[in-house]
Amino acid sequence: MRKVWDLIGGVHVPENKHQSVQSSIGTLPMPKELVIPLTQHIGAPPKLLVAEGEKVLKGQVLAEPKGFVSAGVHAPTSGVISAISDHPIPHPSGMAARCLTLIPDGEDRWIETKGTEAKGLEDYREHSPEELLNIIRQSGIAGMGGAGFPTAVKLSARQPISTLIINGTECEPYITADDMLMRERPQEIVEGIKILAYILGEPDEILIGIEDNKPEAYEALEPYLKDTNIELVEFQTRYPSGGEKQLIQILTDKEVPNGGLPADVGIVCQNIGTTYAVKRAIQQGEPLISRVTTVTGKACQTNRNYQVLIGTPIGHLLEHNGFDESQCPRLVMGGPMMGFTLEDLNIPVVKTTNCILAPTAEELPTPPPAQPCIRCGMCAEACPASLLPQQLFWYAQSQNHERLEAHSLFDCIECGACSYVCPSNIPLVQYYRAAKGDMRKLAQEKISSDRARERFEFHQARKEKEEAAKLAKREARKKAAEQARAKAAANEDGSTEGNVSGKTASSPADDIIKAAMARAEAQKASPEEQREKLKRGITRAESHVESVQKRLDGLDPEATDKQREQALAAIEDAQLRLNDAQQKLAALKLPSTRSASDSSMSSTPSSAEKTVMEKIKASPKEALEKKIATLKERIGVTEEKLAEADDESLKTALQNGLDKQQTKLKDAEQQLAETPNQLEAPTATPETEDAASVAIARAQAKVTAQASMSDEDKLKASVESLQNRLKKAQKKLTSAEAEGSEHIDAFRTGVEKLQAKLTAAETQLQQDAK
Amino acid sequence: MALLKLTSPHAHTAQSTANVMQLVLLATIPGLLALTVFFGWGTLINIVLASIVAVSCEAAVMRLRKRPVMVYLKDYSALVTAMLLGLALPPLAPWWIVLVGTGFAIVIAKQLYGGLGYNPFNPAMVGYVVLLISFPVQMTAWPAPLPLYPDGSSAPSLWQSLQMVLPFLNAEGIDAFTAATPLDTFKHNTGLLVEQLYQKDPLFSRANWAGIGWEWANLGFLAGGCFLLYRRVFTWHAPVAMLGALVVCSALFYDGGSSSSHGSPLMHLLSGATMLGAFFIVTDPVTSATSNRGRLIYGALIGVLIFIIRSWGSYPDAVAFAVLLMNFAAPLIDNYTLPRTYGHKKSRRATEKATEKATEKKD
Ligand code: SF4
Ligand code: SF4
Repeated sequence: MRKVWDLIGGVHVPENKHQSVQSSIGTLPMPKELVIPLTQHIGAPPKLLVAEGEKVLKGQVLAEPKGFVSAGVHAPTSGVISAISDHPIPHPSGMAARCLTLIPDGEDRWIETKGTEAKGLEDYREHSPEELLNIIRQSGIAGMGGAGFPTAVKLSARQPISTLIINGTECEPYITADDMLMRERPQEIVEGIKILAYILGEPDEILIGIEDNKPEAYEALEPYLKDTNIELVEFQTRYPSGGEKQLIQILTDKEVPNGGLPADVGIVCQNIGTTYAVKRAIQQGEPLISRVTTVTGKACQTNRNYQVLIGTPIGHLLEHNGFDESQCPRLVMGGPMMGFTLEDLNIPVVKTTNCILAPTAEELPTPPPAQPCIRCGMCAEACPASLLPQQLFWYAQSQNHERLEAHSLFDCIECGACSYVCPSNIPLVQYYRAAKGDMRKLAQEKISSDRARERFEFHQARKEKEEAAKLAKREARKKAAEQARAKAAANEDGSTEGNVSGKTASSPADDIIKAAMARAEAQKASPEEQREKLKRGITRAESHVESVQKRLDGLDPEATDKQREQALAAIEDAQLRLNDAQQKLAALKLPSTRSASDSSMSSTPSSAEKTVMEKIKASPKEALEKKIATLKERIGVTEEKLAEADDESLKTALQNGLDKQQTKLKDAEQQLAETPNQLEAPTATPETEDAASVAIARAQAKVTAQASMSDEDKLKASVESLQNRLKKAQKKLTSAEAEGSEHIDAFRTGVEKLQAKLTAAETQLQQDAK
Repeated sequence: MALLKLTSPHAHTAQSTANVMQLVLLATIPGLLALTVFFGWGTLINIVLASIVAVSCEAAVMRLRKRPVMVYLKDYSALVTAMLLGLALPPLAPWWIVLVGTGFAIVIAKQLYGGLGYNPFNPAMVGYVVLLISFPVQMTAWPAPLPLYPDGSSAPSLWQSLQMVLPFLNAEGIDAFTAATPLDTFKHNTGLLVEQLYQKDPLFSRANWAGIGWEWANLGFLAGGCFLLYRRVFTWHAPVAMLGALVVCSALFYDGGSSSSHGSPLMHLLSGATMLGAFFIVTDPVTSATSNRGRLIYGALIGVLIFIIRSWGSYPDAVAFAVLLMNFAAPLIDNYTLPRTYGHKKSRRATEKATEKATEKKD
């Protein structure tokens, strides 16, 4: 005899099982309609495959599993789907959910297999465990002991399984569905166990756990176990020995680790009903369309087990057992310890319905009002999880979630043993459920708010990184521009034009860049500081305008038109800058307290980015930069998703994607580095942050452009500009002549000089062309 | 009839709080009998008086708190408090002693803290200690055991006893004979070896183990306690730990029966309020530690404290003080004695924070 361990805690509850085992498992006449809830398992709802009005055959798939943890539903008989609508389902809350209503046609005709029997596999050992798992999955089998977890999922544990436990305890009072199954169909159950063992790769140990209050079942099973390695283990009847965790502890002395699964200790547990369903699915090809359900309680004249079609309304079941509603204050689905009350007789039997209990008021009296907890500790003695129910109750009342957590509230299996023994009649389990609900909700909220915060922080970090990168780029460009300028200056041999353009354009550009950098640094500068800075900027800009104007006024008549133009441009720039600064100052002064950093720092870059996107189209380099930008953006998005993802597989997929994107980015960046430097200046536009700097950048661009132009181009450009200037000079000369100005001579000399220059340039150009 | 919506479990034991209290009352009977046989009607009178006071106080407070009076009276908890206090007070104590003690126990120690289940201190012990501090003379005057009455004087009748308790009836001025208790005797023993003491003092010489009368009262409470244990009203942890600690301490300091000995373990077990305390006070679930491990610690510390106060304190008995002191400590003990829950490697702490748990998981 195998050693068994004692159940921790537990209670003796009057069994009340004898009533319903007097006659064999019966069948009921076909109900007028079947109501089949779409979701009868734990997991994702299945995908509906039929429509209202459609004719279906027995065993036809009405909805197929969608996702890994899911189970489908099948037509329990042939007939017409008359409605797909919300209907009350068996649920503690009494809620309604999507159900299919099937009007049976009375023919009970099986799908495909013509006859009245479906067809299964002749020898399952010729098929791989995966194939069998798939059949189980497609047959809609979900744990029939109560939880309804998809069986195929439970059987495809990744951990190696050393022990298969078949739960034949049925420790809840009143319920005898598994007991009767074992008594009447032991051979099929043993077959089912063999199939399960095959799927699990023949575990070392196969145990059937059974309470010592079922000697008939024990005797019925025993002969079929003779030449097998299946062991039938009997132990003392004590509620809740049939809890999965408790049964594992009784049979193996192992405990399912907190937050883990039985598979973590190499164990898989299956219930008798599920085992039977697996056998039917594999060997008879029969999906889960019916189950054995106990109908019991003194408010029913007959107490008996039935093979019930899934979807049969409770009312139909009770009607055939002489149910007296006036005698029955509450109707329970499941057992008296963990079952829940039903308020509607139209609620259907589902895959997990092991019992319908219709007790009279004397049988299960309505509880008297709760008294204060006297801390007697009887609940703690009864708790199979070694919790302190009285403390949990205390902290649940005061909603002290921290203490509840420390007292391991979530290890409570809601077995009800504590409430059962409590002399003060405190509905302890009810408090625990409520507290768990609250805590789950709060945890959920915390998770989402944490996510939001993480997302935000992530965004911030990314933004800062981008800013830094931009700054670095800007610096690099600035250096490049300076070098180019130096080269240009050297090339043009200190000509007036070069000097002037250099002076007017470069110094404000430097200013702006420095200012931008300072701004980036002083992001957190207070509005006052910002205002001060802007004011200073305005003064500076004003004085600049003045000085340029003075220069223009005092311009030598001999000065070239080019110089004059540049001076004008400088004035324009300076004025633009001034305007901009004034605008900003105004914005700062607005009562809406839009902070300066708002207007200058966060809004401009994005608009600048837009402009650059619009502007940049032609050059390959710009295209590259654009590509890089989009890539970066995409990487950002992916990273964000990755941060949010909690699914492992999703994570790896995202990570792969991210890696690919990053290599692409690197490629693009390299390419960019390799492309000639020629069009760098225009891209500076987006980074500069106001109109003034746009103008500066343009001036810079010109210089850079000139610096890097080929000689021929340069010549052409200078010829062009000379021609322009000549035209203007001639115009001026004409008007001067008309007015009889005293500068006529000067103008004339200017025109002559220009013409000479032009000719020289043209000649050179022609020569070069040759 | 509409179908009700109720939550599981739908079944329930017949056991009720009132049942538990009734069992406790029932279990005091052997001890009460012994006290009555050896010390006369005093204890019974105490109990009746205390019960009247307790029930009236409880009813008055319930009325004040606008609660259904009968519902609360029916839990019998007030009667249990009255019973325990009545057993603990010296028989034939003046009526006002009982009145003050019981009133204080019910109104202050129990109801002011929120009533049954919410009182941090054992009400009976609070009442007892308040009396002991306020009226040490009356509280330390134990009547002599009836067998030790001087020749020629007979045990006071019920009427005489009532006269002693209610002085306005006492026209003749009857007085009770008082005598030292075994614990008093040991406290005041200076020159005698334990053996000599046992021979000389009729309190011991005419007793079997630990003082005439006292030993039987204690054995009576022990029997009642065993009955409650058998009925699973409480677990063995606290009483056994307390008695064990007391035995260990008294054995350690027995000193071979010298004149400075504090008495044998047997004397300590069977005298004073030891058994009453172990099975009826220490086991009070409301004010004791919660988990079984906690109760072991709680009980053991009470045992140690009882011995310390008995031996070196200024009061002859110490159960009440020791219990109240440990009532203070019970919540602290609770914090560190959570049972190991299924699926956990170690037991947790009640004060554990979410962050601690997170780090624990990482390890
Ligand atoms: S059984 Fe009830 S009264 Fe006793 S400690 Fe537990 S919750 Fe409190
Ligand atoms: S319902 Fe929870 S606390 Fe109560 S006995 Fe069961 S596991 Fe323990």
